[in-house]
This record gives sequence, structure tokens and C-alpha cells, in this order.
Amino acid sequence: MPETVLHVRDLRKAYKDVAAVSGLDLEVKAGECFGLLGPNGAGKTTTIEICEGLTKRDAGEVEVLGLTWERDTAALKQRLGIQLQETQLSEKLTVEETVVLFRSFFHKGPTAEHVIGLVQLEEKRKARVGTLSGGQKQRLALACALVGDPELLFLDEPTTGLDPQARRQLWDLIEEFKRAGRTIVLTTHYMDEAERLCERVAIMDHGKIIALGSPRELVASIGVEHVVEFSVDVDAGAQPLDLSELRAIEGVRDVRADNGVVRMQVTALHSAVPALLAELVRRGVRLTELRTHSASLEDVFVTLTGRHLRDG
Amino acid sequence: MANHPLWQLTLVRFREFLREPEALFWVFGFPLLLAAGLGLAFRNTPAQVLSIGFVGADRAVFEQAPSLAVDAFPTLEEGLRALREGRIALLVERPAAGAVVYHYDDTNPQGRDARMRADLAVQQSAGRVDPVAAHEELMRETGSRYIDFLVPGLLGMNIMGGSIWSMGFAIVDARRRKLMKRLIATPMPRHYFLLSFLISRLAMLVVEVTAFIGFAVLVFGVPVRGSVLLVAGLCALGSLAFGAIGLLLSSRARTIEAASGLMNLTMLPMWILSGVFFSSARFPDAVQPIIAALPLTALNDALRETMLQGATLAQIAPQVGVLAAWLLVCFPVALKLFRWQ
Repeated sequence: MPETVLHVRDLRKAYKDVAAVSGLDLEVKAGECFGLLGPNGAGKTTTIEICEGLTKRDAGEVEVLGLTWERDTAALKQRLGIQLQETQLSEKLTVEETVVLFRSFFHKGPTAEHVIGLVQLEEKRKARVGTLSGGQKQRLALACALVGDPELLFLDEPTTGLDPQARRQLWDLIEEFKRAGRTIVLTTHYMDEAERLCERVAIMDHGKIIALGSPRELVASIGVEHVVEFSVDVDAGAQPLDLSELRAIEGVRDVRADNGVVRMQVTALHSAVPALLAELVRRGVRLTELRTHSASLEDVFVTLTGRHLRDG
Repeated sequence: MANHPLWQLTLVRFREFLREPEALFWVFGFPLLLAAGLGLAFRNTPAQVLSIGFVGADRAVFEQAPSLAVDAFPTLEEGLRALREGRIALLVERPAAGAVVYHYDDTNPQGRDARMRADLAVQQSAGRVDPVAAHEELMRETGSRYIDFLVPGLLGMNIMGGSIWSMGFAIVDARRRKLMKRLIATPMPRHYFLLSFLISRLAMLVVEVTAFIGFAVLVFGVPVRGSVLLVAGLCALGSLAFGAIGLLLSSRARTIEAASGLMNLTMLPMWILSGVFFSSARFPDAVQPIIAALPLTALNDALRETMLQGATLAQIAPQVGVLAAWLLVCFPVALKLFRWQ
């Protein structure tokens, strides 16, 4: 049984009257990559920054690597690697100068050169930070988190705002850290990121964890394998669709309409889709769009909250 | 040593400064240009020749008058227009022998001066004899010229500006960019961060002050009569006091705009009141105690006394006390208020 590296019990935090975190429990084991998934404003950043010792909690217990921020600040900071959301490093320094600066704060760790190699910025070693692309800046931020050879790595929205190629490159790097046996806690509002990187995911909404488990378990928990989404031509003078009739189709679990798109959770694609098409034909409704995909963490979130992750 | 965090943080300060050409100009170039410009504008010239106008007969009375350039105008109208446009300082009208009218603005020192000289010439040519014989001994000593007054004032102003801006901008910028938050998430000792500003400031001060005083001494012959060590100590103390004020002004601000507003609000009164360009003795007696308590007044007065009069530490103790008080009050308050995130 691997040791617990992060232990959070009944964590609470409010800003003025607004509760950011309201009673949150977490356990992260050594060697796993744990994801906090949720829309913007769910309380992910507040939670991770309390764990990083940057924000004071109102109530609850937080133990990191068996230590607490109240007693062991200095020791803890030496052992953690932290990447914050939207830090702008000094633009006038070079990549190497930046990494050397951060390295100087830690007692032990790899050389600056080695860390720059880890995040594949060797060619940009002498380049000013101001000239780097978004993805390169994010990799530099990662390098600054790695200079102390951390036992636990906190990454807050590591790929937000990056283009798809830069995201994939960053994912490859994080997967390499995982292979090297590092424990990682990351926040994200991209379900594909959580699915790809995390062994376990906690889905957060309104300051609480509403689901916890491996991505596979979470998807299985909603009892749905597929999702069918379609939209129809509304002004065709046809009879309006009756959602309850769609729900009656065999193999359909749930139907919701949202912004003109109807979304059906389906257990048996092979029987549900033909039945849906037959129903549309019967009513004379013209289909303008039809998509199906395997159920994902996004569908878990929609099932649990009735909202999309990106809606915030 | 090379990897000591304090050294690395100080290096960052130097790199950020040296890689910002505008900052280099404002800190080093601007004060030199200002001193050169003002020195040229206010260089000591032989007693000025004043232009006056004349309407009427008997212009010859001014031919012997020293330092008056006389233009004759055919009509009073034209003479008055020249006076209004500032081409002449005084218009002398002689409607008839035995009568004279002076047209001038009595709030203009040149006008008053010209009236006295013209009147002297008019009266003497009419036969007046001065009852007391006077003769003149001129004194034009270095140390009492305007440029001598100006250089210590500019030095003080520069120390104030450099310390407050360099502290304030870099700190607020680091806070705004969340760089400060990122740094305190590392094991970096927080006081190193602030200490690095102080060290880099003092190091740059050496270059700044040496260049400026050197320029003033070599080009304008401004004297440094007191101890050089005392001048250096004053610059360092002033820099620390203003650094503490800069730290206080930037201890909470999250945006450059908010911070620069506060900084300008703090510095502007001192530019005017603290005797940079003209003596603060010109302000009413009632506000003198307030002016004397301003840090820039203390620094400027102490620098002037030391450089121009050769004052010793004991003689400038009150000013040193004022500067030390600002440092000792602002620094702890700034640390108390300081917002790291």
C-alpha cells in the first residue's frame, strides 16, 4: 500500500461571503497522477493553493508529505514543485538565468542544464523569456517547478491557453515525469487532459467533490456507454419533438435539450440510433446534425450537474 | 557564492535594469542633460544689457548710460506695443524738457531695474549730484553661483526619483505578473527578495552619483568642500530613506497605474517645496517646519551644506536625523503592510 502524500480533510475556504471550497476531502498516494477536474470557479485553484501553502484555509486539515504548513513551512517548500496558473516570469532574463535563479533557492536538485534538457528547451537556453512561445513559456514554468527534484508536483492548469500541438507536447512531458515515478496533482478544466494523464480524478463543482475515481470508473458509473447528439431544422413546420417519447426508445437513458442540441445518453447504440431516425422521419423533422461518441468525463459532469464543463 | 539566492536575486535586478535602455537613460543620462542644460541657461554673464524704448526729444541723455540699449520710437503707440510684446523692458516718454514718464510693469524685475537705470541717467544729465560717493567691489565666487546651488538639488532629486521608481516599479510589476507569488512558493527567504533591491540600488547609486558629481566638478567647477565620505554617506542614507518610502508606496498596489499615482503624489510636492531649483526659504514661514521635515529638503540641505560650505556631520545632524527617521518609520510599516500575492 503506497503512502499518502497529500491528505485533505473537510477543507473550507470562503472569500468574503462566497464559499470557494466547502468541505473537501482528498487523498493522494505516492506515485499517482491525481486530477482535479471542474469548470472555472469550481474551487480547484483555491484547493491547490491551500495545499501549496500559498492561501490560508478557514477550516479543515491539510497534510502534505506527512507535514503541515503551520509547523514545517521551510522543509515543505524544499520538497514541493509548484507551477501556478498565469505566472509571467521576467521577460528580460534568459531561460538559463531563470532556471539558475530558481535552482538557487533549493538545497538539492539537478543542475539547471539538466532541467532545461528535461523540458526540451536546450535550443532556447540563451533566449530571453519574452521571446518564447506560449508552450515554451509553460515548459519553462515546468522547469522552474522541477529544479528542487520535488517529491510532489503541483500543476495548476498546465495547458490552459495553449494550442493543440503545444498541449500534446506538454502532455508527453508530464507522462515522462509519471514514468519517472513522480507524484503529480494537477487541475484542469479539459476532460481529455484528465482522461489522458490522471490515474484518478476528482470532479469538482461549487467547492465540493461530486465524483471521485479513475476516469474509467467514473465513466462507467453513469451507466452509459455512448452519447448521441443531434439537432434538427426547427422551422420546417413539422411537429415539435417530444423529449419524453425519445426517452421511451429502448437503450436510451436520458435526454436533454440544450441550445437547440438534443443530447441522448445511450447504452445500446445499435438499437437506439435506428429508432431515433425512424421517429424523426415519422414526424417529418429534418436532421441537420448527428454525432455519436463514447461516454467521457464530460458526460459524467453533464450527468451530475446538468451543465457542461466549459460553461463554467 | 555564485549560487547563493541573494546573489542570484541581485543579479536579476541588474540584468533587468541594464536590459531596459529607457531606464538607463532616465537614471544616468537625464540628470546629466538637465545639469548641462540648466548650467548653460543660467551661466554667469556680464551685467545684463536692458533694452528700453524712447519717445520724444533729447535721447542723448542715455548715450553715457551703462547697460542700456535704447530704441527710439516715432510714436507713443508703437513704443507701447513694443513694451507689451516684451521687446523692451521700459518705455521712456519725454513730452517736454523737464518732464518724464516711465511706462513699465512694476512686477517685472527687469522693468524695475531698467526704470532705475534710466532715471539715474535722466536725473544725472539734468545735473543731479550724488551726496555720498560710492565705489564698488565685485564678488563672483564659485560656490555662490546658480549652478552651485542647482547641482546638490538635482543630486537629491535624482536619488529620490531613482530609489522610489526603481523600488516601486519592479515590486508592483512582480506582484502584478504573479512573479512574486511564484517566488514565495519556493523556499526563497523573503527578506532576500527585498534585500536584493537595496543592494542593487546602492551599487547603482555609486555609479550614478560619481558620474553626476564628476560631471558637475569637471564641467562647471562646482566645489566639493566637505568630506567626500560624508557626501557618499548622505547619498546612501538618502537612498535608503527613499527606498523605504518607495517600498511603502508599493506595499499594497496591484497595478502600475495605482503605484505611479501614489509615487507622483509623493514626489511632486517635494520637487517644488524642497529646494531643488530654488531655495525653499521663499515659502511662507508658517510652512517652513513642514518643509524642513520633508526627506528631500533634508537631503538637499545637507548635500548643499556639505558640498558648498564644507559642513561636518555635526553641523548637518538635524537633516541626517530627519532622513533616518523617515527610514526607521517607513521600512517597518512597509514590511507590515507588504502584500506578497
